[in-house]
Amino acid sequence: MNNIFAVAGVVIKELYRRKDFYVLFILTIVICVIMASVNIFNDNQIIRYLKELCLLLIWISSLVIAITTTARQIPAEREQRTLLPLLAKPLSRAQLIFGKFLGCWLACGLVLVCFYIFFGALAASREHTWPLLNYFQAAFLHWIMLGVVIALTLLGSLVFAAPSSNSTICFVIVTSIMCIGRYLDAVALSLPEPRRSIVYSLYYAIPHLEIPFEMRNLIVHDWPLIGWNFVALDALYLLAYTAVFLVAACLVFRRKAVN
Amino acid sequence: MNVILKTEKLRVEFKNREFRQSPKIALRRLDLEVNAGEVFGFLGPNGAGKTTTINVLLGFVQPTGGSASLFGIDVRQPIARQRIGYLPELTYYYKFLTAEELLRFYSRIFSLPRAEAERRIDAVLKLVELESSRKRLIKTYSKGMQQRVGLAQALINNPDLLILDEPTSGLDPLGRMKVREIIQRLKNEGKTVFFSSHELGEVETVCDRVAIIAEGELKAIGRVGEIVGQRASLEKAFLEIVGYQTQTAP
Repeated sequence: MNNIFAVAGVVIKELYRRKDFYVLFILTIVICVIMASVNIFNDNQIIRYLKELCLLLIWISSLVIAITTTARQIPAEREQRTLLPLLAKPLSRAQLIFGKFLGCWLACGLVLVCFYIFFGALAASREHTWPLLNYFQAAFLHWIMLGVVIALTLLGSLVFAAPSSNSTICFVIVTSIMCIGRYLDAVALSLPEPRRSIVYSLYYAIPHLEIPFEMRNLIVHDWPLIGWNFVALDALYLLAYTAVFLVAACLVFRRKAVN
Repeated sequence: MNVILKTEKLRVEFKNREFRQSPKIALRRLDLEVNAGEVFGFLGPNGAGKTTTINVLLGFVQPTGGSASLFGIDVRQPIARQRIGYLPELTYYYKFLTAEELLRFYSRIFSLPRAEAERRIDAVLKLVELESSRKRLIKTYSKGMQQRVGLAQALINNPDLLILDEPTSGLDPLGRMKVREIIQRLKNEGKTVFFSSHELGEVETVCDRVAIIAEGELKAIGRVGEIVGQRASLEKAFLEIVGYQTQTAP
C-alpha cells in the first residue's frame, strides 16, 4: 500500500501544480456569476436554471479533468522515460496502475469538493438554504462514477498510444453512456434478431452512469433525499465496474514492454 | 569472488512487425559475470544489445532463453531490484517536482524510514552537488543538473549495485567530468558499478573490467589492460574487436 500511496501522492501534486483545474474552476465561476447577476424575464425561479447550468459545467469540467489527467499519466511516463527508473525500483506494475488510479481519483475528489462548495454558495446566495445531505449524495455518487471513468481511461491509455486519441474516445464513450445508454433496451425492442440480442448485450454490459448524472435533478428541483441503501447499491455497482477496468489495465500493462 | 550480476546463455528475440519476417535477435547466448566492488564497463556499437541487456536485468524485457540474476535472485522478481540503483539514458524527471520531493518519492518506494530518507536525501544531494537547488522545480534545471538528479535518485537507497546506461550521454565536458568523479567516488566506497558507454576514454579511466558486445554477441571480456593488449588504445582495440575496417583514401 505504501508504494500505491507514494505514486498517488505524485499524481495529486501534479494536478495542483498544473493550470488545468484552475482554468476550468475560474471559467465555471465566471460563467455562473455572470448568469447570476442578470435578471432574465423577471423570473423568480431563475435560480433553477442557474443551478442546472452550474451543475452541467461542474459535470463537464470534472469529466475533462478526470479524463485528461488520467489519459496522460502512463504515456507521459513512457515519453519522459520516468517509467524506467520507477519500474527499476521494487514497485510492481500493478502497484503503479493502482497508484495512478488512486491519485487521479483522489485528485478528482478534491476538485469536486471545490466545485460543490462553490455550487452550494451560489445556490445559498439566492435560496438561503444549505441542503448539505442532498449535495453530499450528489457529490458522492459523482465521485464514485468518476472512478469508472478514470479506470476506463487508464485502460485506454495502455491501448492507445496518444493521450489525445484516448481522451477523445473516452469522452465520447462516457457521454454516450450517460446520454443514450439508458435507452438501449428500448432500442433493442424495435430491432430484429440478431441485432436485438447484440444491443441487449450492450445494454447489460456497459456501466450505467446515468443515476449519478440524474442526481443533478434532485438538487436542481429540491427533491427529497433518495434512500441511502439505494446510494450504497449504486456505489457498489459502479465500484465493481471500476475494479473490472483496473484488473484489465493490470493485465494489459503486465504484457507490455516498457522500453 | 562474490558474483553480483550474472547472465547465462541469455537470448532475447523481438517479433518482427512485418508479415512473415523472422524475429530480430537482440542477444544471443550472452554470458556475463560482475563481481562485488568492481566497476564494469559494457561497450558496444549502437544496436549491439547493451540497453536490451540492461532492460532484461531490470525486468523490463522478458528473456526468450537463458537466465539473468541479481544478487542470486531471478530478475523477474521485483525484490531483486531492492538493492540496485538505475540511471537510464536521457530521462526527464517530473518537471512539477523539486529534487527534494523527487527523492522523497523514490525513498518511499524503497520503504525507507522518514529520518533515514531525509539523511539519504541530504547525502546524495551533497554528492551530486545539488544542495543549493534542492527546492527548485526540476523544470528549471539544466541538462547536466537533470542528469545529476538522475544519479541522486539512483543512489537514494544506498545501492550495492549501480546500473548506469550511458550516464554521460549528451553532457558537456564539465558535466562528464563530474559524473566520472562520482563513479570514482562510488568505486572507492566499494560499490559495484555496471555501466554502458560510448566514451572509451572514460571507460579506460574508471573501469576495472570491460565487456564488448556486437550484434548481440559477447566479443571480448576482461581487464582493460588485457583487452587493449599490444594495441595503442582501447579505442583501437574496440574497433578491431567489433570488426570495423578503417578506410584509407586512395
